[in-house]
Amino acid sequence: MSELSVFDVLGPKMIGPSSSHTAGACRIGKVANKMTKGKIVSAKFFLHGSFSKTYRGHGTDRALVGGLLGFDPDDQRIVYSFDLAREQGVSYEFIETDLGDVHTNSVMIRVENHKGESVYVTGASIGGGNVVITEINGLKIRFTGEYFTLVVPHFDRPGIIAKVTARLASNTVNIAFMRVYRHEKGQEAFMIIESDEIIDQDSIDEIKWIDGVTDAYSINIRH
Amino acid sequence: MKFNTGKELIKLCNDLEHSIYEVMILRECELSGKSKHEIINEMHSSYDIMKQAVKSGVTKDIISISGLTGGDAKKIFENSASIHGPVCGAFMKKAMAYSMGVLEVNASMGKIVAAPTAGSSGIIPGAFIALQEEYNLHDEKLIKALFTASGVGLLISKNATVAGAEGGCQAETGSAAAMAAAGIVELMGGSPEEALHAAAIALKNILGLVCDPIAGLVESPCEKRNGLGVSNALISAEMVLCGVTSIIPFDEVVEAMYKVGRSLPFELKETALGGLAATPTGKNIKIQIFGDE
Repeated sequence: MSELSVFDVLGPKMIGPSSSHTAGACRIGKVANKMTKGKIVSAKFFLHGSFSKTYRGHGTDRALVGGLLGFDPDDQRIVYSFDLAREQGVSYEFIETDLGDVHTNSVMIRVENHKGESVYVTGASIGGGNVVITEINGLKIRFTGEYFTLVVPHFDRPGIIAKVTARLASNTVNIAFMRVYRHEKGQEAFMIIESDEIIDQDSIDEIKWIDGVTDAYSINIRH
Repeated sequence: MKFNTGKELIKLCNDLEHSIYEVMILRECELSGKSKHEIINEMHSSYDIMKQAVKSGVTKDIISISGLTGGDAKKIFENSASIHGPVCGAFMKKAMAYSMGVLEVNASMGKIVAAPTAGSSGIIPGAFIALQEEYNLHDEKLIKALFTASGVGLLISKNATVAGAEGGCQAETGSAAAMAAAGIVELMGGSPEEALHAAAIALKNILGLVCDPIAGLVESPCEKRNGLGVSNALISAEMVLCGVTSIIPFDEVVEAMYKVGRSLPFELKETALGGLAATPTGKNIKIQIFGDE
């Protein structure tokens, strides 16, 4: 963990009532928003542990939907997120479940877009509004969103990582942290790249065109 | 601008002839690469949110999303306490109402600043805004005091915890009161050393306080503990401004708080399995809100 800012100590600025059950939930919802291509049509929230037991009293449900609509934890629209979702034609459902041996404030979100494509994002709200994303599409990964984060699904083949990092280097993006995950050898894999600086849209578009890269998602939930 | 303990912070302040708030602003500049102006502006926006929450809290008819709390802050703000007037004086009554109002805003999904947590978000605004009105102080002074307060919060976060789940309520409303007390002392002309004495006294006062929220919600007893936390902050600051010191130094109090917190059973650390949450009434309320399990 990096040195705490005064605004980590005196903050976050947030819609109540709970930094873990409301602000953190909103941030996980926002990651699901960022991981979805095109228009979101429906979402299912699979709530685990404390999330499943107390979500109504903490407004976790409205915060998740608010995040899914792209709101930040201090956005007053979270309170009316159900109405706003309906207006935008987004349906949502909450399912109390057991996700196994995970953090007590965990949720798995299944989002479907207008083409019927779906993405699964699982995250945990670990306190103070901080979150950890633990799974994407069934693959165990890990990032916090504390930095500017780029998620790059690609094929597990030689040379692809070098091409992606070279592209970032030529655009003077400094990589702070980087991890690679894969389903199986030669199958779909994910690069998680975290940077101190914002990764501009041009770099992201260039990365998407690299042979062997399937896509690139910029996840920016803290800035 | 690195320090890990209260002792180191005081030394830094003395060496540079700075207040805690000045050190905290310089530290933030180094850390974020932002200008002093930007950082102060950002803190100003936090203070504006606090003010708005206080105002809503004591003037609007608030009911929490669970329906458990709401309306108490307004009651205190509007009613006179007795035939002779407020028992604690008008100033203390106002500070109580303000801090409880923020908790009600929080529980009704209003906007607040976690200070240092949502469950303890009323103490700093309650104390600061009441004081600002009492002495007609400029915003700028209170914003400086917020930096002083965050210095204490930073030290507690580094060397102990501010999370109820880890340290009980002493870590939340205790830290908030300690932060507020230090901010007030510096604001009222006290030295950095005196600010930490006030923080130590506030923490010592509620050493051992458990976190036992009814139905697991950030409402009861949190709201009233914020009202009481304001008095803790103000009285601790008053003692120090009159020349009283803490016999146990700040760093040792923080360490003691952490050890006490760790030795609390998990039932008394935000799990809603012990304390008030486990009383017959507490359990009944939980069933009313969430149904029987």
